Amino acid sequence: MATLHNLATRTAPADPFTLTAGRVHEAEGPGRRAFALFQTLRHPGPVLWVLPAHEPQRPMLRGLPFGLGERLMLLTPKGETDLLWCVEEALRAAPVALVIAEPQQVLSLTAGRRLQLAAEAGRTTGLMLIRDGQGSNATETRWRCAPAPATAADSTLHRWSLIKNKSGTSGLWTVNWNGATAAVHLVPPAGERHQPAEPPR
Amino acid sequence: MPLADARAICPDVASRPADLPREAAALAALRRWASRYAPMVASDGTDGLMADITGVAHLFGGEADLRGDLHARLERAGLSVISAIAGTRGAAHALARHGGGIIADGALAQGIGGLPVSALRIDHATAEALSRVGLARIADLTALPRAPLARRFGQALVLRLDQLLGHQPEPVAAGAEPPHFGVRITLPEPIGLQSDVMAGLALLLDRLCATLALHHQGARRLRLELRRVDSGTVQVEIGLARPMRDPVRIAALFAKGVDEIDSGFGIDGLRLSAPITEPLPPEQIGNGPTLRHEDALADLVSRLGNRIGFDHVLRMIPADSKIPERSFQIVAAAWSEPVAAPQRRGPARPVTIFPPEPVTHASGHPPAQFRWRRMRFTTLRAHGPERIAPEWWFDDPAWRSGIRDYWRIETQEGQRLWLFHTPQDPSWCVQGEFA
Repeated sequence: MATLHNLATRTAPADPFTLTAGRVHEAEGPGRRAFALFQTLRHPGPVLWVLPAHEPQRPMLRGLPFGLGERLMLLTPKGETDLLWCVEEALRAAPVALVIAEPQQVLSLTAGRRLQLAAEAGRTTGLMLIRDGQGSNATETRWRCAPAPATAADSTLHRWSLIKNKSGTSGLWTVNWNGATAAVHLVPPAGERHQPAEPPR
Repeated sequence: MPLADARAICPDVASRPADLPREAAALAALRRWASRYAPMVASDGTDGLMADITGVAHLFGGEADLRGDLHARLERAGLSVISAIAGTRGAAHALARHGGGIIADGALAQGIGGLPVSALRIDHATAEALSRVGLARIADLTALPRAPLARRFGQALVLRLDQLLGHQPEPVAAGAEPPHFGVRITLPEPIGLQSDVMAGLALLLDRLCATLALHHQGARRLRLELRRVDSGTVQVEIGLARPMRDPVRIAALFAKGVDEIDSGFGIDGLRLSAPITEPLPPEQIGNGPTLRHEDALADLVSRLGNRIGFDHVLRMIPADSKIPERSFQIVAAAWSEPVAAPQRRGPARPVTIFPPEPVTHASGHPPAQFRWRRMRFTTLRAHGPERIAPEWWFDDPAWRSGIRDYWRIETQEGQRLWLFHTPQDPSWCVQGEFA
C-alpha cells in the first residue's frame, strides 16, 4: 500500500522540463498553453488558471488531459491589477499546486519580484503565459514554446526551448507529447537520428 | 365555488391565482405582530391565528376592549378581520368562522349552541352524515349520549366536541421562533481606529459563531453594519465560499472591507448579522491533511471572490451536449462541487476553444491553404469530417448557419487547428486549437 501511495505522489524525475518548485516561471510563443497543460500533469493538486475576463480563448473541458477538469479552477478578474493580485493570493495559498496566469501587459520587475516572494511564501509553482517579450527579469526560467509540424500521422511535436534560466543552462528540445500523459518522448535532432547502420560493402 | 359559477353570478369578478407561499409569509408576519396581545400565538390553519389570552385581557381593559383594539389596529392597516374570544380553543375557532364575537365565561354551551355542526373541525363526510340524520346544530349534539355518537360517527367527532366544550384540554402551541443570527454591540465612546473595529468585530464574531454552532448552521454571507456618531451607517459585506463558523478565519476576510470604510467622527455601534446561512453539522476535527487543504482552498476562494466577485471564480463541469460550446458549463466555484469528467470517447477535442473566427483565402476542401489571424497556413494533414448538427430545440444565433463539419487541420507551420465548414452557408471558421 505504501508503495502505491509513493508512486502516486512521487515527484517527477529531474528532467529538463521539471519546473523548480516555489518559483515563478514564464512561457511564451504560440504553444504556451500546451506547455502549461503539460505542466499541470506534473503538479498533482488544485490548479488555478487566471485569465482576463475579456479573453475569448478558454480551456475546453473535453480536450483537457484526463483528471484535470476536476482540479482546475478558472479566475477571470476584470483588470490587470486584479489579475496580478489574484496570482499573488493564489501563490501564497499552500494547497494550490500550480498557478497559471495570462497577464496582458508587460510584467514589471517589481511585479515579477513580488510574485517570486509570494511563490516562496506559499511554496507554490507559478507559470506566467506571457506575450512575446513581455516577461520580467525576476523569472526563474523562460520557455519559448511552439507546436511543430509532425513527421508521422500520430505524432504531435512541440518545440520547447529554454531561453532564460537562472540556475542552469538553456536548451532546445523537440518532444512528442500527445496531450494526455505526463510522459514525453524526446525526439532526437534530425542530424543525429539513430538509423540502422549501413550494411558493409 | 368553481370560477365559471362565480362568473355567471358576477360577470365582472376579478380573480387571481392563490399565492400560497406569500400568504403563509404574510400570516407568519401577522403572527409575530399579534404576539403583542399574548405570549402564545399559533397559526390556526392557513387562514387564522390563535392566541392564548389567559390573564392578559385586563391589561387592555377587558376582553371587549382588547378585541376592539385589535380590530382598530388591523383596520388601520387595511385588513378586514373576524375575531372571537371564547373559553376553549375549539369554541373560538368555531365562532370566529361564523360571525365572531365574545362568549362570556360559563356561557360556552349557549354561546355556540346555535352554530352549525360543520364548525366543529370535522371532515365533510361526517358533517353531511350528521345533517342527514337531522343533527344540524351543535346544541343538538351536546344533548345526545356520547357512546352511540362515537359508535356511529367515529371517535374524532366526540374528541372535537369534547375539545369544544372544554372536557378535553387543547393548549395553544406556538411554533418555535426561527433562530436569529444577528448580534450587536454599543460603545460608550466612539472609535475610529481599524484595530479597534477589528477587536469589536472579534467580540461579535465569537457570539455569532456560538449561536451558529448551537443551531448547526454555517454563515454563507455576513454583513457588518457600523453606526457612526453622525447617525450615518456604513456596511461591510462578505461572502464565504462554503458555510463556515470559524471566527478567526472570518475575521481575516473582513480586514479588507474594514480597511476601506470611512469612520467619519467615530463609530459608536456595531451590528453583525448573517443574512444567508446553510446547515453545517459539527465535524470531527483533525481528519488529516485533506480536510485542512479543503478549508484552505475554501478560504482562498472566499478571499478571491470577495475582491473579484464570486461569479469570476469559476469551475468547469461537464454537460450533456454534442455542441462544443455547450459540452461543458462554466459555473461559480463557490456554489458547485467538482464533477469527475466522464471517460473520453470519440474524436479528439481541442484544448482551447473560442468563438468561431472565419478564415480567408481558403482554397480546396478541406482548404489546402488559408489565412487566419493574418497568418498564412498550409495544410499538412486533415482529419475529418465530423458532422455536428445544431440542437433544434435551442435557438442559438451562432448555429443559425446550420450543420457543421469539423476538421482537425495540422498545418505545416506547426499549429493544429480545429476548423469547421458549414455546407448550408459555405464558409470555413476556426474554433479551437489542439495541443
